[in-house]
Amino acid sequence: MRYLTDRKRALGLGASGQGTQHFWHMLVGSIALVILMPLFIFTFGAGFDGSREEVISFFGRPFPAILTALTLFVAITHFKRETQEAIEDYVHGLTGKLLYIAVGALAWILIAAGLFALVKIAL
Amino acid sequence: MVQFSLPKNSRITTGKTWPKPDGATNVRKFQIYRWSPEDGANPRVDTYFLDMDKCGPMVLDALIKIKNEIDPTLTFRRSCREGICGSCAMNIDGINTLACIYGLDEITGDVKIYPLPHMPVVKDLIPDLTHFYAQHASIMPWLETKTNRPAKEWRQSIEDRKKLDGLYECVMCASCSTACPSYWWNGDRYLGPAALLHAYRWIIDSRDEATGERLDQLEDPFKLYRCHTIMNCTKTCPKGLNPANAIAQIKKMMVERAV
Repeated sequence: MRYLTDRKRALGLGASGQGTQHFWHMLVGSIALVILMPLFIFTFGAGFDGSREEVISFFGRPFPAILTALTLFVAITHFKRETQEAIEDYVHGLTGKLLYIAVGALAWILIAAGLFALVKIAL
Repeated sequence: MVQFSLPKNSRITTGKTWPKPDGATNVRKFQIYRWSPEDGANPRVDTYFLDMDKCGPMVLDALIKIKNEIDPTLTFRRSCREGICGSCAMNIDGINTLACIYGLDEITGDVKIYPLPHMPVVKDLIPDLTHFYAQHASIMPWLETKTNRPAKEWRQSIEDRKKLDGLYECVMCASCSTACPSYWWNGDRYLGPAALLHAYRWIIDSRDEATGERLDQLEDPFKLYRCHTIMNCTKTCPKGLNPANAIAQIKKMMVERAV
């Protein structure tokens, strides 16, 4: 039991001074994905049905390689932000904080693994 | 983790069914949420029957008739009876609205009445709005000025005054905030559509000189950015206002000053 005034409860610890950057990144990321995803699907589809050597040589070309890298990075960072927002919404306390960190770590591991694979194919 | 099911002592049981009025031909069934902190029992839904030939056209008319003629223990807030005070906000037929301006002819079938969702209940149809009002107070709902007070009045152009239309009409009934899932899960930290609509009303007031401070106070992942544009607030507002648009405008101003 804490004797806090209603106003103090409503004010809490005050404003953290951040949030707009996250909102802006989500907005820019969404618009970027609207352009990147169709391009990626068509490019990936075009180079998908060849032999192993053909696929490796296809992803060795600058446009498919850069497009795949960009899509990978933008899509996974967007997924990371969206998932972390959902965790903030629904999971509170220590579990929420641990899940938040886990999702961030998983996203960066996925990006690193994806880029590593791409570089290995392209070079 | 947020709680997706009701705790045991909040589960609703079947309540008392009151007798039908004698000799009435035009009878309508009302199912009303009842809970009292005094008896320690679970909430229940009582069933009432009203002769619609002797009842006014609005839901509030029916509630008053039930209280006056059938069950004087039924408890609800009401005052103006014309959608100005915001007292009689409740969940009617699944919609958060004002009982005084919601017509019984707008409802098909039985009339189901519950208190505003996801708020602590004081008694029957009365929610505890203490935190909701404190959140409203926290956005400083008054004119903040730094310039010396003018001899006559703070002047405002007709165009600037028009910007307040669609905002000043809010009666703080809490229908929007209690319809918002983000407010359900994070109501302790998220200000909710009503407080944010009022915040925007003061942010865009041409006479107010604390715009930056007001935006600073909202620069927070929870206070403002819990709004995910679900739009329940706009859909349910009994005054036809658009809190979702007000929140979007605040976000736009935030981006304008940051990027």
